[in-house]
Parts: sequence; C-alpha cells; structure tokens
Amino acid sequence: MDWNALQLSAELAAWTLAVLLPLGILAGRWLALTRTRARPWLQALFALPLVLPPTVVGYYLLTLMGSRSTLGVLMDSLFDLSLAFSFPGLVLASIFVNLPFAILPVQRGFEAVSQELHDAAACCGMSRWQAFTRVELPLAWPGVLSAAVLTFGHTLGEFGVVLMVGGNIPGQTRTLSIAIFDRVQAFDPAAAGRMALLLLLISLVTVALGYGTLERRGKAGAGGN
Amino acid sequence: MLRVSLEHDAPPLALDLELPLGELSAIVGPSGGGKTSILRAMAGLLRTRRARVSLDGETWADTAQGVWQPARLRPLGFVGQNYALFPHLNAVENVAAALLHLPAATRRERALACLAAVGIAGLAERSPRALSGGQRQRVAMARAIAREPKLLLLDEPFSALDRSTRKRLHIELKRLQASLGVTVVLVTHDLDEAAQLSGHLCLLHHGRLLQQGPTHELLRRPTSVESARLLDFPNLCQARLSVSAGSSNILQWGEVNIGTSTAIEARPGASVPWTIRASDVFLVKAGHSDEARLGTIVTAQVAELIELGDSVLVSLSVENGGGETLRMRLRPGAVRRHDVSPGALVRVALHPEAVIPLIE
Repeated sequence: MDWNALQLSAELAAWTLAVLLPLGILAGRWLALTRTRARPWLQALFALPLVLPPTVVGYYLLTLMGSRSTLGVLMDSLFDLSLAFSFPGLVLASIFVNLPFAILPVQRGFEAVSQELHDAAACCGMSRWQAFTRVELPLAWPGVLSAAVLTFGHTLGEFGVVLMVGGNIPGQTRTLSIAIFDRVQAFDPAAAGRMALLLLLISLVTVALGYGTLERRGKAGAGGN
Repeated sequence: MLRVSLEHDAPPLALDLELPLGELSAIVGPSGGGKTSILRAMAGLLRTRRARVSLDGETWADTAQGVWQPARLRPLGFVGQNYALFPHLNAVENVAAALLHLPAATRRERALACLAAVGIAGLAERSPRALSGGQRQRVAMARAIAREPKLLLLDEPFSALDRSTRKRLHIELKRLQASLGVTVVLVTHDLDEAAQLSGHLCLLHHGRLLQQGPTHELLRRPTSVESARLLDFPNLCQARLSVSAGSSNILQWGEVNIGTSTAIEARPGASVPWTIRASDVFLVKAGHSDEARLGTIVTAQVAELIELGDSVLVSLSVENGGGETLRMRLRPGAVRRHDVSPGALVRVALHPEAVIPLIE
C-alpha cells in the first residue's frame, strides 16, 4: 500500500475543494440568476471537461502551464514555481477538470429558489448578503453539498489529466490512482487490488455520507413541528 | 395620498393612481392585466420604463429625477399569491426574518406578538409545510406587518383559499387594517371581494386604468363600456343622443326615447352606449298612481327567466327598442305575484338617474 499516494490524493482533493467550492457557489449562483444571452455558452464552457477526453484536457493544460508558456514564465518569475509536473500544477489542473462538478449542481440548487422568495427576502428588508446567507444558501444547500461530494470524490479518482499534467513523481504527483496504474504496470496485482479496493471504499463512503446528509435534511425539513 | 404613475412595455402598463392613505384600496381587473406587476413596481421589485411612486409626500421612485429606493428600504409589507414563506424556517422564524433590524434578543418576542395579532400564536414552531393555506396566509400577513409598514401590498392573498376560510380572513383583514391604520392595496380579480373589502376601487384592463374612485360610487356608475363589462352590468345598449340639455338628456334607443339625468359630452345625433343595472329596471304595476315619476316606461315581452339564488334574472325584448335584450332582476315572490312568465307582456320603468350613458 502506497500511503504517500493516499495522502497526496487526499491533499489534492482537499485543496481542490477548498478553492473550487467558493468559486462554484459564486459562479453557480450567477449562472442561476443571470439573464445574459451568453448563458448557454458559459454553461457549455464549464461543462466542457465532462465531454473532452482527459488526454485533450491534459494536453492543453500542460501547454498552458509549460515553462515557456506565459503562465509558466509568470509563475516562475513571481513565485519561483514550476507548474508542470508539480503539486500546485496538479491542483490547478484539478480545479479546471472539476469545474462542471462544482458549478452545475450549485446552479441547479440556486435555480430552485423561486423569484417569490427573492422578492419576499427583499420585502423583509434583508440586504443582499442577508438574503444570500439566510435564504438562498440554506435553500440551495442540497446543490452545494452535491457539488462538494462530487468534486471531492472525482478528484480522488482522477487519472488521465493527473498523469498528463503531473506525471508519476512519488511524493509529489503520484496520487492513488496513478499508484494503482503504476502497480499494474509493474505486474503487482496484489498491491494494485488493495489500493483499488481502498479507493472504491473511500469513494463509496464519501458519496453515501453526502446522500445521507441530504436525506436527513430532507426529512427534517418535511417533519414540520 | 399614495401616488403611483407607471409606464412599461412588457407587461404593458400606462396608469396614474391616487389612493387614499389609511384606507384599503383594491385594484381589480381580469387575470393577466398587469395587476401583479403594478404591485411589484410599487414595492420596488420591478423597474418600469417610467415610474413615480410616492407615499404621503415621500418619493420612493421617480425615473425622471433618477430616484430609486430598493424594495428593502421601502417601509412596506408584501403578501404574495403563494405567500412565499421561507420553507426552511418555521412560522416564528419566518416572521423574525423581517425583523433583522432589531437586536437578536427581541426579534422572537416581537415575531410572537405579530403571530398573536393574526390569531396563530400557537403555531409558532410549525414549519410552513405543516400549515393549512389559511394559516400560511396568516403567517405571511404577520411577517408583512412585522416591520410596522406604512404600506401593505396584498397580491390575490385569498385566491387559493376555500370559501369559508376566505370569508373569515376577509373579516380579519378589515379588523387588522382598522387597528393598524395602515394603507393597504389589494389586488384581486374578484369584484365581490374588492367590493366587500375596499373603500377605494381602481378598475384595470390590459394595464390601463379604466376608472377609479370610492367603491360604492364606482360600483354603481361605470363611465365606459369596458368598465360596465368589468362591473358585470348585464345591460349594454346602443342609442343616439336625441336631445342634449345639460343634465337632462334624451337617448333614442330604437324608436323609444329614454331620459337620463347624466351629462353627456356629445353632439345630438352621436352614437351613445348606455347601461342600467338589472336591479334598477322596475316592473310597473297596472294602474300605478304616478307613472310620470318612474321615468321612461316601455312595454316588453318576457323572453327568459333564470333563477339565480334569491333572485330571478328576467330577459326582456322591448317593443320598438334598439334590439338589445334588456335584463331585469326580480325577487322570486314578485315573479309569482305579477305572473312574469315567458311570452308575457310587461311594462318596465327606466328612471333617468339609473340610465347611465357610457363612453366607448
């Protein structure tokens, strides 16, 4: 069992979630409320990582982060940081790949808050921030929780893009899914099997916890008095 | 005075309202006529192309001057058609949500007092899902009055309720309005509801104001054909102005001359629509002592009788009249006493004060 790989996967998932969830809430809410004609195009842009092959996404990200790219040069000069084949690069790639998982469920959650409730909040004298924290966010919560579970679970298991952008550097970019691939290549099915089972269990528990929370919340809401 | 002047394209609105302070005014019109949009514009929830909204001299919106107060800053309460209770909060929390300007410690106490004012203090901990339609309406009302608003806007708040609950809540709204002295604007498509509750009435059609005024006057005196239709006047006839002399005019309806005491702004010979309430058409007994005081008396044949609860609607074909059917409302007892039956000839009186000339 490659515990370093497990720890790296967990760190990658946690960082991705920490950065992406606030962004997902902002972008998802904006998409839910905006009337811009560009909305279908923006939604398509955010959903693109779902339909593109991981190698295509990985190729473009690698090109974008390469040491000769504008971003690569900028990061190198500002922070003395190389994005390609490094953990920060992996986090950046993971954020991009998980955009649809973080934004689209949140958008659906905010779309479920009716105009009448927005109007009621305004007529109650609530400021925009009060309306957001006291009315919109609690009602859009199922969407936010779904986004969190999907982003965390998907990051844990991401393979293609991680391999393209991060390679297979132990302790730096070798996540659990890469470690499984590595063990299979090395004809070590026992280790690969143990890690695959562990990843399966973690993913199962994460998703089940998410659904369980939603169900408990749904029942509490329906219970009334 | 609450002054509202709006112009908008979608939905089309073009109206100027002047509503008395401290009274309940009703805006009545068919569904889809822009009534809800007017309330939303008054509340600051809808920005119209041109808007001027002021209450008691305080301007909330004036597009010409670039004045715009957002809804949250306007001292008003709003009860929508579906009540819009926050589903994740219980009744008292819903009311307290309108009291965020108060210290947290006092919100619950004030919210409970508001629930008590609408008669549901015992349901404070109930979730909106566990409340009946009438109870939800009361919670919404408690939330709307919680901030002690100067203006209470009610958008068809009784439409989803059963008849008995509606009647009960009508009484409670009157009681609440009287005790708070707040200006209330009620939007409804139900003319009977508006007639019962309001002191001032505005008739609306396709976003245009047809007529406004004190309810008891407006219900009796439509000024236009559209108003008469909305006010459910069953008699709409077309005549020509025969003689025009200030408040004593003669309309020629077919070959019958009908007097009216209402001034008409038209030249003799002009086409003038007119109406009369079915209950203002009187049956004339044979041998009446002073028929001259009854107004124009015409002979008509009874075409049809329709019983409607405690009255009978009688359709009459007037001899030498303009061709339109004249409808008369009688008590069932009067129908029996005077032997009013299909085919019978009767004489009816149209008093000059009851004959109302209209504008197209």
